[in-house]
Amino acid sequence: MIKYQYRGKGPEHLLALARNHERAQLLALFFTMLRIRMIEEAVESRYHEDQMKTPIHLAIGQEAVSAGYSAALEPSDYVFCGHRTHACYLAKGGDLKAMFSEFFCRANGCAGSRGGSMHLLDKSVGMMGSSAIVAGAIPLATGSALSSYLKDEKRVTTVFLGDAAVEEGVMWESLNFALLKKLPIVYVCENNYYSVCSPIEYRQPPVEICKKAEGFGALSFSVDGNNVLEMYEIAQRAVAHAREKGPVFIEAHTYRWRGHHGSGDDSHTGYRDVQELALWQSQDPVLMMKQVMYSLGYLDEASERVMREKIELEIDAAFEHAIHSANPVKEDLCKFVYSEGDTHVVG
Amino acid sequence: MLWDEKLVEENAKTKNPLGEGRVITYTQALQEALVLKLKQDSRVFLLGQGVDDPGGMFGVTRGLKEMFGAKRVFDTPVSEEGMTGICTGAAMTGMRPVYFHNRPDFLLLAFNQLVNHASKIHYMDAGKTSVPLVIWSAIGRGWGSGPQHSQAIQGLLLSVPGLKIVMPSTPYDAKGLLLGAIEDNNPVIIIEHRWLMKQQGVVPEGIYTIPFGKGVYRRRGEHLTIVGTSQTLQLALAAIDQLKAEEGITADVIDLRTVKPLDEAIIFESLAKTGKLLVVDTGWAMGGVCAEVGCLVAEKAFHLLKAPIRRIGLPDAPSPAGYTLEQFYYPTDVTIAQTIKEMVRGK
Repeated sequence: MIKYQYRGKGPEHLLALARNHERAQLLALFFTMLRIRMIEEAVESRYHEDQMKTPIHLAIGQEAVSAGYSAALEPSDYVFCGHRTHACYLAKGGDLKAMFSEFFCRANGCAGSRGGSMHLLDKSVGMMGSSAIVAGAIPLATGSALSSYLKDEKRVTTVFLGDAAVEEGVMWESLNFALLKKLPIVYVCENNYYSVCSPIEYRQPPVEICKKAEGFGALSFSVDGNNVLEMYEIAQRAVAHAREKGPVFIEAHTYRWRGHHGSGDDSHTGYRDVQELALWQSQDPVLMMKQVMYSLGYLDEASERVMREKIELEIDAAFEHAIHSANPVKEDLCKFVYSEGDTHVVG
Repeated sequence: MLWDEKLVEENAKTKNPLGEGRVITYTQALQEALVLKLKQDSRVFLLGQGVDDPGGMFGVTRGLKEMFGAKRVFDTPVSEEGMTGICTGAAMTGMRPVYFHNRPDFLLLAFNQLVNHASKIHYMDAGKTSVPLVIWSAIGRGWGSGPQHSQAIQGLLLSVPGLKIVMPSTPYDAKGLLLGAIEDNNPVIIIEHRWLMKQQGVVPEGIYTIPFGKGVYRRRGEHLTIVGTSQTLQLALAAIDQLKAEEGITADVIDLRTVKPLDEAIIFESLAKTGKLLVVDTGWAMGGVCAEVGCLVAEKAFHLLKAPIRRIGLPDAPSPAGYTLEQFYYPTDVTIAQTIKEMVRGK
C-alpha cells in the first residue's frame, strides 16, 4: 500500500518555474544535484569493500532540498545538519577529498577521523556542525543565530532536520527562543516520511509539520522538496526574511530512495511498499531537472557527458586521495579533548 | 528567617576573614568577576532563568541587566536542554556565554547537550572549533529543598571528557575561578553551594585567575590528609580546627578547587607525609569525587598508605525533603571529626 503520495506539481511546474531563471543558474543547480547523486552512488558502489568504515546515510532522492536551498545562501552563512550530512556538506561547498578521507578514517579527513560520515564539519565553508542525536544540532544552530544577533551580523544560520526531529522537545524549545529574539535562522525540515523504518503516521498525528511551526509564530512554508526550483525560490524568500526579520520554518516533502543507513534499498523488509518507492522514483528530482534543461535547450547529450566526466574525474581523484592518505597515529587519540588556545575565531 | 539561612548568616559572622585586605562577600566576589568580564570582553553575555529577577541568582547577577543592558543579560525560557545547546552554538561561533541555574538539578535536563554536544565538539572537528561556555549553578541544600532541588551532581559529570568542573570554597576562589572559567576555551561547569553565598573573605580587586587542576593547602598538619571542595571542605576545616584545639590532631587539608582537572600531585605529596587519606564531598560517595580520588590513590599511591582510605560523601539515597531526615543525611563537622578521630587512633 502506498502510504505517502508525491504531492508536488511535477515536471510541468518545474519547467514553468525554470523559465523565470537564467541558464547559468539552472545549470549550476543541476550540476550541484547531479554531483551529489553521482558521489552518493559512487560511495554506495564501493561501500561493500568495507574500506569506508563509517555508517553512511545516503541522500539519494533528496538532492533537490540541499542543492536548491543552499544556492540561496551566501558563502559566509552557516549551516548545521543531522546525521544525513553528505548532500548538505557538498551543497555548502564542502571538499570532496576531505569528505572521502573522513569516510576512509584518515588523519586528513575533514574531522580528522573523529566524526565519520555523520559528522562532516568544515568551518572554512560554513559547515559548522552536525549531530547524530536527532534534533541535537537544532539548538546549536539557534545559538549560532544568537551569536549573529549579539554581534549585529547579517549572517543567516540554517539547520537541516528530519521529520522525526520535530518529535523532540528541543526543536520547539529552540524555535520558541529564536522567535522570542527574532534570530536570523531557517529551520529546513526534510520530511521523507520515515525515521529509520518507522512511518510518520506511527509517530505523529496528521498535522502538517509546517503548521506546527506556524502555531509557534514562525513564517512557514510547505515545499515540494523534489522540485529544485521551488526549493530555491522559497529558500531565497526564507533567507531574506531570516536575515532581516527572524526565524523561518520550511517543510520540504521528499523521499529517501535507500535504507536509513548503508547501501541499497531496504523496501523488501516490508516497512514500506516497493510501489511507494517506485512512485517517488518516478518523480526523480535530478531526472526532472535534466529533462527541463533538455527541453529548454540548455543541455544536450554532449554537454551532459562533459558534466558527468568532470564529476567522475573529481570522484576518482578524491577516492585516490583518500585511499592513499595516512591513518591517524596513536598520539592523535587524545588530542583536542580540550582547547588550549583561542581557536574559535571564524570567518 | 528560614532555619538554613539563619545558619548561613551565623557562619558568615563567626568566620573571621583570613589575612589582610578588602573583605567582601562570596556573592559580591562573584558579581565583581562578572562585571569585570562584561566590561572587558564584548563576547561575554549572561543568561538564565531569573538572572534579572529581584533574587538575581542569590544576588550574584542582581543589577547587571541595568548596567549592561537586556541584550547581554537576559532571562530565558524554561528550556534547559534548548538553552544549553543554544549557549553551545553561540560559544562555537565566537561568543562566551555564562549560563546560570539556581540549582544543579536542572542541568540533568541538559545532559544531551552537555555530554553529547558541548563537551565533544572540539574533539569531533579535530580542534578547529572551541566551546568557551560557563555553566553556573548552586547546590540548594536545606530549606526542605528535597530530592530534586538539592542534588550535587558533579560525580555524574566527572567521567565526561571535554568538561571541566569547578567547585570553589571561598570568596577569593569564587572570583578567581569564575574569571578563569570565562577565559577558558572549554565548557566549564561551576558548582557552587548555597550555604557559601554569604561567606566573607579577602578578595583582591581587578582581574586575577586561579589555575584549574591545582589544589591548595588550607591547613598543614601531620596525622592525615583531608581532600575535598566547596562547603564540605569548610566542614572539614571546622572539624580539624576543633580537633587540633582539643586533642592536638592536625591534618593537611587540601582544597582541590577543581575536580576536573584533578590535582593528583598535591594529594600524593601530602600522603607521602601522612599516609592516611580522608576524602570529603558534597555529592554521593559512590562513583563520584570521593570514589575517584580514592581509586586514584589506590592505583597510583598505594605504597604511601598506612591505613584504609575513608570517604565522606552522601549515602546511596536521594536527599530527603524533611528537616529531621536531612540531619541524618548530611555529614557535619561533628561526623567528620568522629571519622578523623577513628582514623588517627587506628580504629
